Amino acid sequence: MARRAFEQALDDGWADPRRLSTEGRRARALLDGARESLAGAVGARTEEVHVAPSHTAALHAAVLGVAAGRRRAGTRAVVSAVERAAVLHAGEHAGLDVERVPVHRTGAVDTEAFAAALDDGPTALAALQHANGEVGTLQPTGAAHAATTARGVPLIVDAGASAGHVDVGAAWDVLALDPRDWGSVPGAGVLVVRRGVRWRPVAPEDEDRFFPGGPSVLAAFAAAASLEAVLADRAEEDRRRRALVDLVRTCVAAEVPDVEVVGDPDDRLPHVVTFSCLYVDGEALVTELDRAGFAVGSGSACTSSSLEPSHVLAAMGVLTHGNVRIGLDRETTRDDVERFLAVLPGAVARVRSFLGAQAL
Amino acid sequence: MSPTVVVDARGLRCPLPVIRLAAAARDAAPGALLTVLATDPAAEHDVPAWARMRGHAVVGSEHDEAAGTWSLTVEVSGQAPAA
Repeated sequence: MARRAFEQALDDGWADPRRLSTEGRRARALLDGARESLAGAVGARTEEVHVAPSHTAALHAAVLGVAAGRRRAGTRAVVSAVERAAVLHAGEHAGLDVERVPVHRTGAVDTEAFAAALDDGPTALAALQHANGEVGTLQPTGAAHAATTARGVPLIVDAGASAGHVDVGAAWDVLALDPRDWGSVPGAGVLVVRRGVRWRPVAPEDEDRFFPGGPSVLAAFAAAASLEAVLADRAEEDRRRRALVDLVRTCVAAEVPDVEVVGDPDDRLPHVVTFSCLYVDGEALVTELDRAGFAVGSGSACTSSSLEPSHVLAAMGVLTHGNVRIGLDRETTRDDVERFLAVLPGAVARVRSFLGAQAL
Repeated sequence: MSPTVVVDARGLRCPLPVIRLAAAARDAAPGALLTVLATDPAAEHDVPAWARMRGHAVVGSEHDEAAGTWSLTVEVSGQAPAA
């Protein structure tokens, strides 16, 4: 779908939308249409929607721009301990004191602690993801937004893991979406800044104050077209994938010894399921599963380039080793899931026997 | 009170420190104290998570930043481990 939209846009969207030529105007119309469509999908005005080069760039612009706009209001950022690294790093880069609010074992932020942290000193901004992409838990953005609104602090919501899969709601002042997560082509991120939020550019002057140089019209059009397509049958896909996630959660807990399925069992994304196996090397398990034809992710340290364990799993107080994250996309069938569940117990047992970890 | 048994897992990568600790816990009497020494930063999170899953109690946690080691002490549960 995204590919078809991208190819279709090649005809009209290759020109520079800033030019006043016929081709430039055509590209401009395509970009404006994409922004209007994205705005409609999240309940925003078209002029509040800005297309970024990537999700990371959108998150950086959100944090840095609000920090600059509210320089006089505060020097602190209140964020959940499980935000994406781009948010945490941008806060530090902006020179803010980044206070990481603890989360429950499910990964959901402690709303009382979040509200209390807002009162600990002058706060420039708050950030809370809509859902955690590593473990699938939805965050209490409604309660967090009520707390930030009461104190006049803007709330940045990273909906990168949830947009296209669940409704992102209206509890946000600044919103970031990741088109790649709903299956669009690389080259676009989406930043939505509500009118009235004090946002100041942090880059040199440019016609596009948010993302200097302007977006890829092709990627913007593909993002909007593919979002419309996934929203059209979201309810059906939600039911289908939720049933598969429930199947994985139940079978893994029943058939793999010494395993912990993590993330909230109910308040969650429909397509992400994560578990950690005791006495298992995450890298070896990912390799075993890959050999069996299954591409899974892992938050274990040995699978990351930094050799640091996932800050999300650590903040939740769950095992960081032996971790497996499964994302069910629209092509994943029940048959795929059943085949995976058939090979998993053997794969875990093999990795444990390599490590001499039996009967512990 | 029984003397503390030390499990030296320094230099070992995750999940080996937890595996060594679990092996020591399997052979220990209920109430025994086990201290694991580790240099892998994951041990700081994984030892408490393992203890919670197995019903053991973490009674001490120290981080020697200069040496880059973590020292975590657990009290072995009196009950048979939950499967």
